[in-house]
Amino acid sequence: MIYVKDARLNQTWNEVSHGGIMLKGGTSLEVNTGDWRTFVPSWIEEKCKQCFLCFPVCADSSIIIENGKRTDFDFKHCKGCGVCYKVCPFDAITFEKEDK
Amino acid sequence: MAIRERLSGNEAVAVAFKQMDLDVMAAYPITPSTEVPQYFSQFVADGVVQTEFVAVESEHSAMSACISAAAAGARAATATSACGLALMWELLYVASGSRVPVTLALINRALSAPININNDHSDSMGARDSGWIQIYSENNQEAYDNQIMSVRIAEHKDIMLPVMVCQDGFITSHAIENIELLEDDAVAKFVGTYTPQSSLLGGKPISVGPLDTPQFYFEHAYQRAHAMIESKKVILDVFKEFADLTGRAYGLFEEYKMEDAECAIVVLNSTAGTAKYVCDELRAQGKKVGVLKLRVFRPFPIDEIKKALSHLKAVAVMDKSDCFSAVGGPVFADVRNACYDLETRPQIINFIYGLGGRDVRVEDLKHVYSALDEIVRTGHLGKIYRHVGVRGV
Repeated sequence: MIYVKDARLNQTWNEVSHGGIMLKGGTSLEVNTGDWRTFVPSWIEEKCKQCFLCFPVCADSSIIIENGKRTDFDFKHCKGCGVCYKVCPFDAITFEKEDK
Repeated sequence: MAIRERLSGNEAVAVAFKQMDLDVMAAYPITPSTEVPQYFSQFVADGVVQTEFVAVESEHSAMSACISAAAAGARAATATSACGLALMWELLYVASGSRVPVTLALINRALSAPININNDHSDSMGARDSGWIQIYSENNQEAYDNQIMSVRIAEHKDIMLPVMVCQDGFITSHAIENIELLEDDAVAKFVGTYTPQSSLLGGKPISVGPLDTPQFYFEHAYQRAHAMIESKKVILDVFKEFADLTGRAYGLFEEYKMEDAECAIVVLNSTAGTAKYVCDELRAQGKKVGVLKLRVFRPFPIDEIKKALSHLKAVAVMDKSDCFSAVGGPVFADVRNACYDLETRPQIINFIYGLGGRDVRVEDLKHVYSALDEIVRTGHLGKIYRHVGVRGV
């Protein structure tokens, strides 16, 4: 069996892991999947009451909680689904078409 | 000391699983393979094995559980038939693609519709392209022996492909025959323990079955194809080691009275027994006939088959399934392909036979040999895609 820690584009068939097995977890953090987004949420800090209704519904763990406080979005992984915008009772999240 | 017993094909396979003390069996009942998990769950209940028996809700789940267990470092196996294998379809490819060495006892049965619970090979032949190694068994002894050998092949570090061991539903699965079993410790020693270099429970975190983008999928597909090519050598090594242990020597196929034969039948599973009987009768009448019994169908032993058939005048390839290509069955396609590179080729015809449990009689196989005899006598190939045993054809 061949196992590798990191997949690289120049690896030949006998260098890549058998079956694509990866010898570490959490590799999705390294990949910019935020560019799949067509709509983007914005966080308005002044309006935010830190009620924490938004972060549990985020499908991509893209709402970061630090030291017991909600901080800005992780736009490298946010897919722009709009669920956080929908649940926010304080209009602290806007949701608009993203210009690229 | 070998143990002399009388067992059905299903019980023989269950005993093989018991003796290798699987870590996990996940199975769902389906005729005619039901007895395999049934006997095995009794071993679990009696505490004679340490196996985790997972009573899943479908065959899709059975194969999923086996794949996950194998990825976690367990030796996992299941048994099924017909529609059960069809429901595993998606996961058959996941098993081979994820390179987990799951083993499967396939008790061959016809696929619906119309619904039929009897034997033919439409289940396993449909799965021939799924990246599984396929080994076929003429009788209970072979089913037992093949099942024991299958884990050694599947778990070999250079192979890591799943293996299905096939035998004919009811014909051998439910027929009680004399059988020679190995002692438990001999099996334990032969199969050893499954120790993957890395697994989900191996201490370090790994990811199994991640998204494979166009930049990597092709390399992984080539790896699997390469492993299938390489598996032939491993299979022969395991067969050799098993022969040294038991005295029962197996090859990729068995050649029966082929040396001076002019005509031969290519066949797999239980019909090989009938074919040898018919061959003997015809030999007694002075006819130069033989039988080639395929055992390993995936990987397909193309060079060896080519060599074994090279001296023949006419060959009938028997298919107990029809792939509905309108030109012949799956075994035929591969066997004829193997002969293409020969400078002088035998004439090759195909017979679809025994579908849905249609009895395969001595007369049927005599009809096949006489068709070959006619081709040799007249030099006229005639129809290539033929059927035997179906009314009105």
